[in-house]
Amino acid sequence: MLCVYIRHISPSIHHLSLMGSMSNKSEIRLLGTTASPYVNRVQFALNLKSIEYEYVQEDLKAGKSELLLTSNPVHKKVPVLLHADKPPICESQIIVEYLDEIRPDLYQLLPSLSLDRANSRFWATYIDTKFFPLYEELRRTTKKAGQDAIKEEMIDATQLLEEAFIKSSNGKAYFGGDRVGYLDVILGCFLRWIKHVDELNDFNTFDEVRVPELAKWANNIWSHEALESVAPGKETLVYFFGLIHVYRPPYQ
Amino acid sequence: MADEVKLHGVTGSPFVCRAVIALNLKGIKYEFVAEDLSNKSADLLKYNPVYKKVPVLVHNGNPISESLVIVEYIDEVWKGVPILPQDAYEKAQARFWAKVIDDKCLPAVFKAVSSHGEEQAVAEAHEALQFLENELKVKGIKFFGGDNINLVDIAATFVAFWIGAAEEALGIEVLSKHKFPKLTEWSDNYVNCQAVKESLPPRENLVAFFKKRFGKA
Repeated sequence: MLCVYIRHISPSIHHLSLMGSMSNKSEIRLLGTTASPYVNRVQFALNLKSIEYEYVQEDLKAGKSELLLTSNPVHKKVPVLLHADKPPICESQIIVEYLDEIRPDLYQLLPSLSLDRANSRFWATYIDTKFFPLYEELRRTTKKAGQDAIKEEMIDATQLLEEAFIKSSNGKAYFGGDRVGYLDVILGCFLRWIKHVDELNDFNTFDEVRVPELAKWANNIWSHEALESVAPGKETLVYFFGLIHVYRPPYQ
Repeated sequence: MADEVKLHGVTGSPFVCRAVIALNLKGIKYEFVAEDLSNKSADLLKYNPVYKKVPVLVHNGNPISESLVIVEYIDEVWKGVPILPQDAYEKAQARFWAKVIDDKCLPAVFKAVSSHGEEQAVAEAHEALQFLENELKVKGIKFFGGDNINLVDIAATFVAFWIGAAEEALGIEVLSKHKFPKLTEWSDNYVNCQAVKESLPPRENLVAFFKKRFGKA
């Protein structure tokens, strides 16, 4: 899993944590870093649901802020959602489900039928525990044989996702059917990161010959306003990768 | 029209046990399809092509895989005893702890057991279990769900029952009463809950399994 190492204790963050007690009961704050796909995931969901929120940026160059460490003592990671005066909510998938439940009236992300919801949760778990970790593995693997093996796994994984997409989308543009849904958010937030790793490794995850439906989907989601507005630019990604390379260096 | 509910599993799996507990908690009639993991049924491979693992719940011909996904599904479809909290915020917290159990506690405990209680592995298992110990201590609750068991208790079933069996089988100590008084107390209370009691496999079978799988030759 990605660990973001941040060292700076920003005075503005302290100020905001003091402000918390005086804030509007419905105020939502999201603790994050721009380049984290897990943070983007939550922002994507917030934007789709048109939920107003305050974004609290953790400074990448500095250490983890007091607010982050006290908010997420188990994982010490972003994203963290702070809702009014409630204790924090951590883990991006859990945050997205939470947002969906507190505002079911605003753009429902998860499908209505229990079976479809179970299916969504199943694939969300697959994406986070089996699919995306491959990209971290690839980033850290320097030997060609290792890289090739991981690419094979990526090909298998995308094949599974292609089938899942075909079943879920029912001939429409998104996992959610006619419109962006939970799985579109869960997978879509990784696109820019995946593309960057692809480019560094002479690979194309969403190749239109291998996975034609997913390739079309990736194009659609990439430029979806709710995601594009918060996704990191190339420079930010490169910078972030530079930091990650130091803290979680390639395997020897 | 009557519901047709089947559960593909093996009795020794803590993941399968989660699903069994959920089904028993709700009083759901189901058929247990015992799988031989060295010779998986065609049905299992059809129902869970991605992982080919148990448990798989089959509800009116529709398969659901992944133990925590199954438990949430059971809670949504069948009313009666609630497994997840109603409140969205409490629900999020329950899901968070269930995930900590799967992401941190389980792998750490597995390593401690499979390494025969190797010092570093046990230390890491202790670190992971401490989160659960603290949660019980700080909140002063009998179960993770408060007065009644919930998703988190069910997720932690292996802590209450599997660890003890492994300790006995391999002559190691992972969940010491001295270090984890709250978790020990919780374990005793948890395994005595009706739905849990009727779902657990026979302890001697588990001990035998651990001896066979991890015991020194």
